[in-house]
Amino acid sequence: MSTSNSSGERIITFGEAVREALAEELRRDETVFMIGEDIAEAGTAFKVLTGLVDEFGPERIMDSPISEAGITGIGVGAAMTGMRPVVDIMFGDFITLTMDQMVNQAAKIHYMSGGKFKVPMVLRTTLGATRRSAAQHSQSLHAWFSHVPGLKVVVPSTPYDAKGLMKAAIRDDNPVAFFEDKMMYQTKGHVPEEEYVIPLGVADIKREGTDITLVATSSMVYVALDAAEMLDEIGISAEVVDPRTTFPLDKQTIIESAKKTSRAIVIDEGYERYGVTAEIASVIADGAFYYLDAPVKRMGAMDVPIPFSPVLEDLTVPTPQSVTDMAKMLTGVV
Amino acid sequence: MAKKKQPPAPDISSVDVEQWLHMYEQMVKIRVFEEHVNDLYRSAKMPGLAHLYIGEEAIAVGVCEALNRDDYITSTHRGHGHCLAKGAEVDRMFAELLGKADGYCRGKGGSMHIADPDSGNLGANAIVGGSAGIATGAAMSIKKRNTGQVAVCFFGEGALGQGLLYEVMNMAELWKLPVIYVCENNLYNEYTHYSESTAGDFMARAQAFGINCVEVDGQDIREVYSVAQQVIERARRGDGPTFMLCHTYRFHGHHVGDVNRSYYRSKEEEDDWKTNRDPLKTLSEWLIGQKMAERQLFDTIEADARSEIEKAVEYALNAPYPDVSEVEKHVYVE
Ligand SMILES: Cc1ncc(C[n+]2csc(CCOP(=O)(O)OP(=O)(O)O)c2C)c(N)n1
Repeated sequence: MSTSNSSGERIITFGEAVREALAEELRRDETVFMIGEDIAEAGTAFKVLTGLVDEFGPERIMDSPISEAGITGIGVGAAMTGMRPVVDIMFGDFITLTMDQMVNQAAKIHYMSGGKFKVPMVLRTTLGATRRSAAQHSQSLHAWFSHVPGLKVVVPSTPYDAKGLMKAAIRDDNPVAFFEDKMMYQTKGHVPEEEYVIPLGVADIKREGTDITLVATSSMVYVALDAAEMLDEIGISAEVVDPRTTFPLDKQTIIESAKKTSRAIVIDEGYERYGVTAEIASVIADGAFYYLDAPVKRMGAMDVPIPFSPVLEDLTVPTPQSVTDMAKMLTGVV
Repeated sequence: MAKKKQPPAPDISSVDVEQWLHMYEQMVKIRVFEEHVNDLYRSAKMPGLAHLYIGEEAIAVGVCEALNRDDYITSTHRGHGHCLAKGAEVDRMFAELLGKADGYCRGKGGSMHIADPDSGNLGANAIVGGSAGIATGAAMSIKKRNTGQVAVCFFGEGALGQGLLYEVMNMAELWKLPVIYVCENNLYNEYTHYSESTAGDFMARAQAFGINCVEVDGQDIREVYSVAQQVIERARRGDGPTFMLCHTYRFHGHHVGDVNRSYYRSKEEEDDWKTNRDPLKTLSEWLIGQKMAERQLFDTIEADARSEIEKAVEYALNAPYPDVSEVEKHVYVE
């Protein structure tokens, strides 16, 4: 259900934006189809795909058995032979079950075949903690796919980005993993009626600032924006840069921002160790070295399995307060 | 699905009334426990979701009644019944579900991850089919240590979609491991009827490996218990694994939040199972008919269970949360 804001722009939720992108691509290209657990009548566990089966039928919105490895493999084979599958993996934690198909098959087929085969497939899944879902339903494992040459990885933060990036992901001729924060499905934002596509690999400055750069992905963009508000109150101007894709990575926009502000924190909900934050921090350290007034800081999920108890789980992810505290330390305002 | 095969003639003559009543008490305990879980969810006192076992009680209780305390079980996301049947205490179960320090896993596991070495519970598991390897590995260890124990792997029919199950069933028969694969067919993988996700015959899957296969009415504890006893003794003797298919039904939603179910199953179907195939009623009516017990006794048993469980809920609600230092504890063995 769309509403309008005061300037008359159409406002929809993140979940609706994803659904709209999928519906438009299903309409535009008959080689696109979806396969996943409880995606048809149930419209996924998060009800994001509600209604798609009514329009496109069960041949194109296919309910599958609980067989993550199998449906991913089927996606790879179908993609190699002329289809554009979107494989739905209910929780990002279950990508562990798809690993051989994604890492040893999908990612390498174009290269191994000397460019003869391609795998135009999307694996859409979720990330994000604080839903009280415990250790096997709360992880943000997008760094795993980001590590592998041959795969692209999308981590959208707004309804607008989710829609435009999903359309680009489906049209891309490479295997693309698309991670949606499950806490964000009800987040609202402006999404125009008209068709648009956002190219993969272009960062977006979500807020301009001059004193410190907060590079944030997916759910952490909102944490960074809230922190920027808090910092604003004490006279620190924070710039929030959203890479939107972890690969390809828009290094230039990130480096330019860090050069301008001379300080940077990288915030991502994946495990901090060997994670997305490490990669981006090294890009900044490398590209903006002579401009930096402070070491680049990283804030990720605590390096622990996600605990169930709310009092523990809330400690494991960066918060507006913890980001603000870090920014104050870096800018010398204690 | 093949026609229901005749189960081995139930040998229930050796079971005395005390033992039937004990099984009834266990089933009532699970039922009332789950009713309170639902209440805790609906009154927003429990973090996250839970998957209720109501309707399936005869399977957990019938199988665990045939096990010794030091035998092993592995369980699923729908695991409260298995844990209680194997000997978990209600107060520490509730404490875990509420994320409290006194819970079985110090509040770190929650509803889907209850584990208790003292009662042989190797853990509930939130990955469908995820415990098939663990149960089979425990059986391998039993054989190597020559302890005469047995391992039982409980899983829903949805796990038949997972490749891991077939890898380990093959090895279990190859090496004659003492493991019982208890498949609880409650007709639905989440919101999808098994017939839409499962080709061919359930039993034929295990028969292909030469595994001993049995099929029981999971609503009738007399049948579950007597068959479980036979196959468990068979495994203890070293004659190898069994695949035990139990026909059952979950009376509630897939999880506590699954309230509007008409799009995937009818009210008539639910009512039919609740009225005509309630495992508690089946046992109590039979005992009354056999003049082994008076109707009033069952009311007393239920009242006792209710008062025990109400106390346990109170205790858990008032119990302290874990200290924040717990969050980084137990990532590694110190
Ligand atoms: C590997 C994996 N895929 C998907 C899920 C999400 N999921 C949780 S329960 C469930 C259905 C399980 O059905 P079944 O095994 O029959 O057990 P039941 O819920 O009926 O007891 C699904 C798909 C999961 N937890 N793990």
